[in-house]
Amino acid sequence: MVAPINLQLEFGGGAELLFDGVKKHHVTLPSQSDPWDIKHLLVWIKDNLLKERSELFIQGDTVRPGILVLVNDADWELMGELDYKLQDQDNIVFISTLHGG
Amino acid sequence: MDSAELESLREEIKKRDQEILCLKEQLRDGPSSCQQSDRSSSLPKLRSINEELPPLSRLSLSNAEIIRYSRQLVLPEFGVRGQLCLSQCSVLVVGCGGLGCPLVQYLAAAGVGRLGLLDYDEVEMSNLHRQVLHSEEKIGVPKAISIASALQPLNTTVEYIPYHTMLSPANAVPLIRQYDIVADCSDNVPTRYLVNDACVVAGKPLVSASALRWEGQLTVYNHEGGPCYRCLFPIPPPPETVTNCADGGVLGVVPGIMGCLQSLEVLKLASGKASSYSGTMLMYDALDGRFRNIKLRGKRVDCAICGSKSEPQILKDYEVFCGSSASDKCRTLNLLTAADRMTVLEYKKLLSDGVSHLLIDVRPQVEVDICRLPHSIHIPLSQLEAGNAADLLGDKTGTAECGGQKKLIVICKLGNDSQKAVKILQGLSENGVGKFIVKDIAGGLMAWAEKIDPAFPKY
Repeated sequence: MVAPINLQLEFGGGAELLFDGVKKHHVTLPSQSDPWDIKHLLVWIKDNLLKERSELFIQGDTVRPGILVLVNDADWELMGELDYKLQDQDNIVFISTLHGG
Repeated sequence: MDSAELESLREEIKKRDQEILCLKEQLRDGPSSCQQSDRSSSLPKLRSINEELPPLSRLSLSNAEIIRYSRQLVLPEFGVRGQLCLSQCSVLVVGCGGLGCPLVQYLAAAGVGRLGLLDYDEVEMSNLHRQVLHSEEKIGVPKAISIASALQPLNTTVEYIPYHTMLSPANAVPLIRQYDIVADCSDNVPTRYLVNDACVVAGKPLVSASALRWEGQLTVYNHEGGPCYRCLFPIPPPPETVTNCADGGVLGVVPGIMGCLQSLEVLKLASGKASSYSGTMLMYDALDGRFRNIKLRGKRVDCAICGSKSEPQILKDYEVFCGSSASDKCRTLNLLTAADRMTVLEYKKLLSDGVSHLLIDVRPQVEVDICRLPHSIHIPLSQLEAGNAADLLGDKTGTAECGGQKKLIVICKLGNDSQKAVKILQGLSENGVGKFIVKDIAGGLMAWAEKIDPAFPKY
């Protein structure tokens, strides 16, 4: 079993509107047998934070196109994307890309 | 005088105002001003996108240029060399709106050689709070012309090339090949993909910014081995997740700040310096007053456009690729059949005939604060989608059976959200919660303002 971990989740670029307009969430992921990765985190977010219209945030087992995921201020692509193993106190940001000008 | 006559008078005044503007411009271009060699006397002329532009060549600075640019010439990082580079550099600006205005203002002031100014749109009143180079007298004028005429008096030594046209798969690459740097100041997804792909094909750096609500983003694509837009976003976002400035809102100074930062990166590239934002994205949250720099992925080997596997090719149709149109105009949904909808004229008649009904306004509170029809009740669509619509109706009307009304009519701003609300309310009726007919008003309150009541505000 792995110990519970604390994360700061942030939503921006309009993605926060799916979470009652709240940008910052301090969350604790419970103890489980396998280490937490982002794939598990997305399922946890869908079950615990997303109230409705989850298809506007998650498609299949990943985020919908147009949302950039950051792990401690780096593009998640540099960190292993869905397989990144979450560490206690990580800051995970989900930001919707903007198109207005 | 009835409301239709008033409206037609307003239209007439608007038309005459535009005629006067055109005559004034002709006067400025007339024989007396033509005798002067000063370029400030003539309004920039629209240019053809196919026109071939001569190369820019400068070997030294004149005394007039030395005094004009002296405060930046004494910066050791910039100097005479930077100024000469800048004066030989051409920049294509795609979009002359909220980002484009501050961007071109600083580029022109700093002495860039040539500015291509592209926009398909005309100036509207609702642009002026953020598109600060346009002005009241330019309403209805092509933005490319309006912005060029605002820049001309600021710096007559810059060459302004206004294009009143839409960037397309046919014209993008040849046009971009004629410029050294491209600034993406556009306002829609298909154009952003097209500009990116054309920059990859033409081998030009793309300085890209965007803004909405209280947030902005900035990065440089396709430069010094860094990623392109498609490396980051290989698949376009679903159209229903994309918000434009009309729906989402934007505080004018936010694109203003982003356009200034974008201008700075263009100036660095144009003067021969490195950009700070290749492979890095700046994210600005104006409400929290926070800038965040994030490290982006590198170029994707398997990128469909800049990847090493194939020769880059422009797509035939970016609107099809993105599933949305290449403008920031509001989308028109068609969820309902004609039988479930009524026009504003039909609704006007229903009111005059005194037909008993309940009018439900489903817009967000912030829009209801702007204007509303006084006899409507307010239930935001978000509440209908989230909660129990039957209870909401009961709460608002004080009775369980929608106040005994048999006819529910739904209205919103443009007639999109009202269709979604009708679908939800029809579901109630089918489930036996109440027996009622539900319809929406096509075109919404904006059609009401346009066709029925000219005194009703448009926004």
